[in-house]
Amino acid sequence: MTAAPFTDEELARLRADFPILSRTVRGGHPLVYLDSGATSHKPVQVLDAERRFYEHTNAAVHRGAHQLSEEGTDAYEAARETIARFIGASAGEVVFTRNATEALNLVAYAFTNGTHGGGGGRGDRFSLRPGDEVLVTEMEHHANLIPWQEACRRTGATLRWVPVTEDGRLDLTDLDELLTERTKVFAFTHVSNVLGTVNPVRELAERAHAVGALAVLDACQSVPHLPVDVADLGVDFLAFSGHKMFGPLGIGVLWGRAELLDEMPVFLTGGSMIETVTMEGATYAPVPQKFEAGVPVAAQAVGLAAACDHLTALGLDRVHAHEQMLTERLLRGLAERPWVRVLGPADLRERGGAVAFVVDGVHAHDVGQVLDDRGVEVRVGHHCAWPLHRKLRAAASTRASFAAYTTPGEVDALLEALDRVPAIFGTEVPV
Amino acid sequence: MDLYQELILEHSKRPVNHGLREPFDAESHHVNPTCGDEVTVRVHLSGAGDDAVVEDVSYDSMGCSISVASASILAEEVTGGTVAHARETYEAMRAMLTSKGEDPGDEEQIGDGVALAGVAKYPARVKCALLSWSAFTDALYQAEGAKQ
Ligand SMILES: Cc1ncc(COP(=O)(O)O)c(C=O)c1O
Repeated sequence: MTAAPFTDEELARLRADFPILSRTVRGGHPLVYLDSGATSHKPVQVLDAERRFYEHTNAAVHRGAHQLSEEGTDAYEAARETIARFIGASAGEVVFTRNATEALNLVAYAFTNGTHGGGGGRGDRFSLRPGDEVLVTEMEHHANLIPWQEACRRTGATLRWVPVTEDGRLDLTDLDELLTERTKVFAFTHVSNVLGTVNPVRELAERAHAVGALAVLDACQSVPHLPVDVADLGVDFLAFSGHKMFGPLGIGVLWGRAELLDEMPVFLTGGSMIETVTMEGATYAPVPQKFEAGVPVAAQAVGLAAACDHLTALGLDRVHAHEQMLTERLLRGLAERPWVRVLGPADLRERGGAVAFVVDGVHAHDVGQVLDDRGVEVRVGHHCAWPLHRKLRAAASTRASFAAYTTPGEVDALLEALDRVPAIFGTEVPV
Repeated sequence: MDLYQELILEHSKRPVNHGLREPFDAESHHVNPTCGDEVTVRVHLSGAGDDAVVEDVSYDSMGCSISVASASILAEEVTGGTVAHARETYEAMRAMLTSKGEDPGDEEQIGDGVALAGVAKYPARVKCALLSWSAFTDALYQAEGAKQ
């Protein structure tokens, strides 16, 4: 049986856990938050978990031998177990970072460090040299593009990219020419944060492995919205941020295959990640500690684990079904408005819970302002995917994105507020 | 919505003196990295010092109605005036836009610029309204340097 969207009663109960959803904005309008792709709101369960940690167990974990430090360490490591289970991984393969951006930079810097004989690594897999290539895609968020541009600049390797089709899918026609034995890394997104496009991860990972390249997945827009199992996807590394999935700010995850994390040179260095230190040099702790320099973000990890539990209790398959229903409702509404151009695939099955669009003759900033005037909060701009917007000939776009707590009524509120746009800017088309 | 005054929409639909022209003494290109809006402003001066005259301000603006209208108002207000007047107008615009709504703007000084007073209440939009003005002051500075 396929999962069903949340019913009205379920939604009401679910929303009651998110205090911010009951506030008003812009002179008394109920908040219609359609920007969960940028960051999601937090349920009381997550806030309570973090608060409980600070009130009860706060300590510098993995440092010191007193009782609080012991209990704090237990809470931190239990959180790692929960988060690992959430993505079908084992705890030893989960590295905590500040966010997905840092997780992706960690991998990109490991390659540069490997090239220059950086410590903590083994073998030659993590190195880039002139003649080597890194493959990305034209739909990447800047967080999965610029770290690779810089890695190539530092090492003399060449950056290449898979183009995007007019309807916002990866154009795999020439993949054989782009992905060759020169390719050392293929970094791509699971779900586009602009177009909502869901990429064929398994197939791409297999193609990467066939030429000996490592597959790095940006899972920022998938882990919060659909069931993700790392074993199923077949990639080598996967990155996501806690704050987009009901978790706290300040924590992200890098998952990697155990043997690769073991071979990978260190990135950030300092306390907590060492084994022994002399004035001349240091040896490093085993994975995952070797990648977690500084006092660990324990309260955030505990909060993120609570967020995973919350999503698990809701059921990721139901969250996905719910967001699909909302996406369909919005796409149908937008299709009735010929002055709107939707970016991305027309087929719902190839889409996640984000819809970006352009209003003929009106800049996205102005569209967003008119929506905001009615309390409808969307994202406007290039959404950290400037090359993609250039490709689709849109200077900027307006994006609505969903979470489990989004209601069909909120989609309707967006459409209703949107109808004011042509009148205000005098771009009405004669019918 | 008080933000979108008739005057603003008018300027954004029919921007005054739009387009890039020759001759010019200096050019400046500014970008708003949050939304990708871009503006190029060219300045042509005659004479020197504070009494130098802004003979032409030409521009190419790609952005929202606020940034296009603001560029249009810029061209309208400073073209034909002295450099000293242009600088005072910029200062008055900037003061109004960054006042969080406290400073309604002086029509004597900034003309149609007062129609942008509402922008000051939306911090995310202030940059849109200031984009062409900051490009203009950059170009002005370069043009004056070139004349020395
Ligand atoms: C697809 C994608 N990748 C990467 C990021 C970066 O996430 P963060 O800013 O939390 O590091 C985001 C969100 O902004 C995103 O949507």
